Amino acid sequence: MTSLRYEVADRKRPAALDFWLRWEVLLLVLLAAVMVVNSRLSPWFLDYYNLMDSTFNFSEKAIMALAMTLIIVTRDIDLSVASIIALASVLMGLAAQAGAGIPLLVVIGLATGLLAGLANGLIITRFQIPAIVVTIGTMSLFRGIAYVVLGDTAITAYPAGFSWFGQSYLMWSIPFEFALFLGLTAVFGFVLHFTTTGRRIFAIGNNPTAARFSGIPVDRYRLALFALNGLIAGLAAILLTSRIGSTRPNIAAGWELEVITMVVLGGVSIVGGSGTISGVFIAVFVLGMMTFGLSLMNVPGIVMSVFVGTLLIASIAVPILIRRALRR
Amino acid sequence: MNPSTHSSRPSLASLAKRREIVLLVLIVALLAAVGARAPVFLTPSSLADVLTDTAILLMLACGQMAVILTRGIDLSVASNMAFTGMCTALLSKYHPELPIVVTLALAPLIGFCLGAINGALIAWVKIPPIVVTLGTLSAYRGMIFVLSGGASVVTHEFSRPYLDFPRQTLFGVPALLWIAALVCAGMAVFLTLARTGRSLYAVGGNPLAARYVGIGIERCQFLVYCLSGTIAGLCGYLWVSRYAIAFTEVAFGYELTVIAACVIGGVSVAGGIGTVSGCLLGGLFLGIIGNALPVIQVSPFWQMAISGLVILCAVIVNSRGEARKGKLILRDRSPSEPQIRPETA
Repeated sequence: MTSLRYEVADRKRPAALDFWLRWEVLLLVLLAAVMVVNSRLSPWFLDYYNLMDSTFNFSEKAIMALAMTLIIVTRDIDLSVASIIALASVLMGLAAQAGAGIPLLVVIGLATGLLAGLANGLIITRFQIPAIVVTIGTMSLFRGIAYVVLGDTAITAYPAGFSWFGQSYLMWSIPFEFALFLGLTAVFGFVLHFTTTGRRIFAIGNNPTAARFSGIPVDRYRLALFALNGLIAGLAAILLTSRIGSTRPNIAAGWELEVITMVVLGGVSIVGGSGTISGVFIAVFVLGMMTFGLSLMNVPGIVMSVFVGTLLIASIAVPILIRRALRR
Repeated sequence: MNPSTHSSRPSLASLAKRREIVLLVLIVALLAAVGARAPVFLTPSSLADVLTDTAILLMLACGQMAVILTRGIDLSVASNMAFTGMCTALLSKYHPELPIVVTLALAPLIGFCLGAINGALIAWVKIPPIVVTLGTLSAYRGMIFVLSGGASVVTHEFSRPYLDFPRQTLFGVPALLWIAALVCAGMAVFLTLARTGRSLYAVGGNPLAARYVGIGIERCQFLVYCLSGTIAGLCGYLWVSRYAIAFTEVAFGYELTVIAACVIGGVSVAGGIGTVSGCLLGGLFLGIIGNALPVIQVSPFWQMAISGLVILCAVIVNSRGEARKGKLILRDRSPSEPQIRPETA
C-alpha cells in the first residue's frame, strides 16, 4: 500500500464532492421532514424504545442493501436475493427438523447463500450474460426449489435458542440485528471508500473496459461481489428466520425490489460507477422511519408502497428537474 | 445448436430465424413428451385451453418486447394490469348498465395513461427505466388498495356482459383469442413494416447512430411505454373477466413471467434484437409448461423452479448465439467502444 510506484489519479474532487453533498443533504432534509411529520402525527413516534424496536422491520433489508450497493456500483444487479433467503431458510428448516444444532444452522444458512451467489456470479461472468436476466432466472429457480420442498406447508421446528439472532437486544435496548447493520455499514463503508478494492469497484462501474485494460480482474471482482451478495442474503435469511421463527416458501417475497429501492434512493446510480455507503445508510432510515410512522397511523403496508414508489421516483426526478431549471 | 455458426457473426435475420426454429422444435418435443405421458393433453380442446390460458401472457410479452427493444424494461405491467382490472371491475359493479364497449375503450385508456407516466419520466426526465418502473410497480399496486379499500370484487358482483364478452365465440374461437391475435398481429406489422416500428430497433441497436439519422429517441421511448401500458390495461380487463375476481394482489410478480417469455423468445435485454414470433413462442413455451404439469401429475409447485431453469438455459443458449457483448444496465455508449474481452487478452 505505501510503496506505490505510481499513483492513480484521484476522483475529480470538487464536482464529485458537490454532488455527494447535494444528495446527502437532500436525504438528510428528507429524513428530518419525515421525523418531524411523524412526531407531529403520532405521540408514540419519538419514543426511544419504539424507535429501537422499529429497526427490526428494516435491519435485514438494510444489511442486504449494503452488499447490493457494491453490485449496483459495478453496473450489475441481483434480483435473486429474496429467493436466496427463501432457499437458505428452507434448507435451515430441513436441517432443524433433522435435529441440527444452532451452529450448524448458521453454517448452512451462510453456505447456501454463498453457493447461490457463486452460481449467479459464475453464470454471469462465464457466459457474459447481463446480470438482470440471469438473476431473474435464478430468482425463479431458487424460490421454485423452496416451493418444491415445502409446497404449502411451513417449518417451525427451530431449536429454542435460535431466536437469539433475530430477537435479542445488546445492552438491553439495541436490537442485535440493528447493531450488526451498524457494524457492517462501517465495514462496507471502509472497504468501498478507503481501500484499493473499493476504488477498483468504482473503476469497474465507471468503465469496465478501461478497468480491464488497467489490469483489474473485472470478472473475478464481479464474481466475488455476487458471492458476497449471496453470503449476505444467507445472513439475512438467518436473521429473518430467527426473528419470525418459521419458514414458508413465500418468505421475504418482493424484498429484492425493496432492497434495490433503498440503494437507489441512497443515491447509487443504477448505471453504475457512483454512490456512497453513507447515502444508502441515510436512505435506509428515510424509508424505515417513513414506514414506521405510517404503520403507527395504521396505514396498511400495501398503501405504504405508494409512498415508497413515489418517493423513489421523486427523489431522482426532482434534483434533475431543478438542475435543468437552473441551467436555463 | 449448430456449432459452426458460433464463431462467425450471423446476420440478425438468420439469428432470429434459427432461434425460432429451435424454440418451435423444443415446443413440439415438449408437447410430444407430455402427450406420451398423458394423451389427453393433445386433444384439440385441451390445446385450445392452453392457448386461451396463455393469450394474456402473449399480448403482454409483445408489449414488453417493444420496450426491451429500446433498451428499456417495464416492470410495472403487472401492477398496471391489476389497477386497470380493478377500475373496470368497480365500474362493472357500480354501473352494470354501462355497455361493454365502454369497458373495452376505458381499459386500454387507463393503461395508456399509466404507461404514459412511465414514458414521460423515462424519455424526458431521463430517469433510468428500471428505476421508474420499479417505482411505479409499487405505486400502482398500492393505488389498487386505495381505490378498492382493500376489498375484492367477486363473481356475482360483475355485470353479465363484463364476464361474458371474452368468452363469446366467433367462428368457434373465443373473443379473448381474437383480441390476442389482433394485438400480436398488429404488433408484428408495426415492428416489421412501419417506419416507427423499425426505428425502435435502431434506437435499441445503436442509440447514437439512431440519433444521427434523425430518429427521435425520446419520442420512441415514450411511445413504447405507452404501447406497453395500453396492452397491459386491455389485459387487465381480460384477466379480471377471465378469473372473475379483482383484488389487490392480482397478477402479483407477473411482470417477471412476461420478461421471461421475452428472454426465452430471444429478445436481447441489451436492446435491438427480438421478433414478435420469438416472443409468442417463448410465451407459449411457458404456458405449455404451466398447463402440462397438473396433467402429468407433477405438483404445480414445480412450475416456478422449472421456469427458472428454462430461463437460465435460454439465456445461456442466447449468449452463445449473440455476438454482442451483454450489457448490465441499459446505458448509452459510443459504438467504437471495444469489447470487454479482446481477443488479445
